[in-house]
Amino acid sequence: MIATMAGLTRADVEHVAYLARLGLSEEELARLEGQLNHILEQYAILARLDTDAIPPTAQTIELENILRDDVVTPSLSPEDVLRNAPQREGDFIVVPPILGGE
Amino acid sequence: MVTVELTRLHAHEMAALLRSGKVSARDLARAHLDRAEAENAGLNAWLSIERDRALAEAETADARLANARESGSTALDAEHPLLGVPVALKDLVSLKGGQCTAGSRILEGYRAPFDAHITERLRAVGAVILGKTNMDEFAMGSSNEHSAYGPVSNPWDLDTVPGGSSGGSAVAVAAYHAPLSIGTDTGGSIRQPAALCGIVGMKPTYGRVSRYGIVAFASSLDQVGPFGRDCRDAAALLHAVAGRDERDSTSAPVPVPDDLLRLPVADDEATAYLKGKRLGLPKEYFVTGMDPDVARRIREGVQSLEAAGAIVEDVSLPHTDYGLATYYIVAPAEASANLARYDGVRFGHSVRLEGADFIADYLKTRGEGFGAEVKRRIMLGTYALSAGYYDAFYLKAQKVRTLIKRDFDDLFAAGFDALVAPTSPSTAFRFGAKLADPVQMYLSDACTLPVNMAGLPGISVPCGLSEGLPVGLQFIGPAWSEDRLFRFGRAFEGLTSGAEWRNAEPRDLAKASSGGPTPAERMAALAGGVH
Repeated sequence: MIATMAGLTRADVEHVAYLARLGLSEEELARLEGQLNHILEQYAILARLDTDAIPPTAQTIELENILRDDVVTPSLSPEDVLRNAPQREGDFIVVPPILGGE
Repeated sequence: MVTVELTRLHAHEMAALLRSGKVSARDLARAHLDRAEAENAGLNAWLSIERDRALAEAETADARLANARESGSTALDAEHPLLGVPVALKDLVSLKGGQCTAGSRILEGYRAPFDAHITERLRAVGAVILGKTNMDEFAMGSSNEHSAYGPVSNPWDLDTVPGGSSGGSAVAVAAYHAPLSIGTDTGGSIRQPAALCGIVGMKPTYGRVSRYGIVAFASSLDQVGPFGRDCRDAAALLHAVAGRDERDSTSAPVPVPDDLLRLPVADDEATAYLKGKRLGLPKEYFVTGMDPDVARRIREGVQSLEAAGAIVEDVSLPHTDYGLATYYIVAPAEASANLARYDGVRFGHSVRLEGADFIADYLKTRGEGFGAEVKRRIMLGTYALSAGYYDAFYLKAQKVRTLIKRDFDDLFAAGFDALVAPTSPSTAFRFGAKLADPVQMYLSDACTLPVNMAGLPGISVPCGLSEGLPVGLQFIGPAWSEDRLFRFGRAFEGLTSGAEWRNAEPRDLAKASSGGPTPAERMAALAGGVH
């Protein structure tokens, strides 16, 4: 099943780049098309394994429901948090508009 | 010259001199800073050297040592052996007020607003942090050629790579800029550069060390670990940073054994540990395309373990061949999610286009800020997680991950104390050798990444030279067996302490300060425009 899936078209590469919010140049898109297909070919080996009855492993240590007491603890000061902001206004970070025109 | 001798000391030797008052933490810090500054043009191991901060920390350590000395031997014994000892941090570990680039342009200019958990721990024991080391961007790479701040040269041969992604941390220790350093290992990023640079490097059990304050790559795989020039030193560093931290819910409430500070000193005691121990030699780790001379060194190493009383048996980890494909689905998928945070809004590189849609800002910010390998992996991960492909790629890989983990579990359940294997299929390779084909680069980690998939600890120790370049021997153990792995490593040091290669110094070290070509110039000459 995976074996037949290898074969990303240029349009696929552009779509994935958009999903990933990566602005890529023509040259990068062309190079990635070849490289990604080459890497995807390596995935085909996984189709040889029957994993229908195998549970997935998301992480390897058996820890569950790690909780802490619901108490207030000190956190960073607004000044420390804001120091790295590309644009700030007072104690706020200036974000790009997301709701369209004014 | 005294300063030269100071940088050649092991951390445990420094600890003894500091306690006796024969050497000050300030002398040690200055000697190492001088070396690091003199050789950084030739090696590019450091992205920042924090002289003033380090000297201030060293003075604090000296005051603490003086106090303890006055209070008597009990007070001195209560101090950690790393008090006053210089340490380097990979440039993805937060150090309050310091840079933290993760080797990426997208974090250029960012200043960490807080200390990582391990930074707090190092401060608490009084270690002296010298600065931040070079690395593959976001820890994605096996050669350090994917750093946005230029490649790192291997001091054994300046035209070769140090391995990666923790290449700068490995070189800082191999080149005597620091006796100890911190790296991270997601698929081999501590063990492989340790092997290529001829030093000790350990990837602890998943959950052993808190990742709070450390830039994330693949969260189900990332672990923090130590580099050192011997097992005793590396074990002391792990002891200092390991343990539960409630700010990283994946850090496990498993006690950190103080035995990490009590590895055998005498060689005969160290080698006696091997008697009757069962070691498995997984045949699949002698991978296709492996350098035959490296394989020879590994087999010689294994024979010496056997001769010292270990019981070595050929074993199989049948799903090893599936490790690469599995890893290159799981790790990029997790990376694509983790790296979504670099949007240029709250911190980091930021582009705001006049009058443009906010998505255009993201596209430009991320397109400019990330390098080629990071983009490749974000693309792979985004594709593997995208609608319609999740089951075929990510879920499938997680199921194969179960099979890979079971291979290891079965062997440890059958009574093996550890597995012994090559760390890397080759010695240090030349700049550019694996840049043209990402899959060739990924194969560098064929012997290390299954260990991350299974969440197990692994250590690489020097095992001789092949054509003048270091070879690493890997020990892999069950979860939480770091102390045992250090004892195997220490035993191997004991077995080989008389070997001629043990006295070999990195052969290009003298050239590093000679004003010759920089690593970037060497790479350009060898790799040309390949990327």
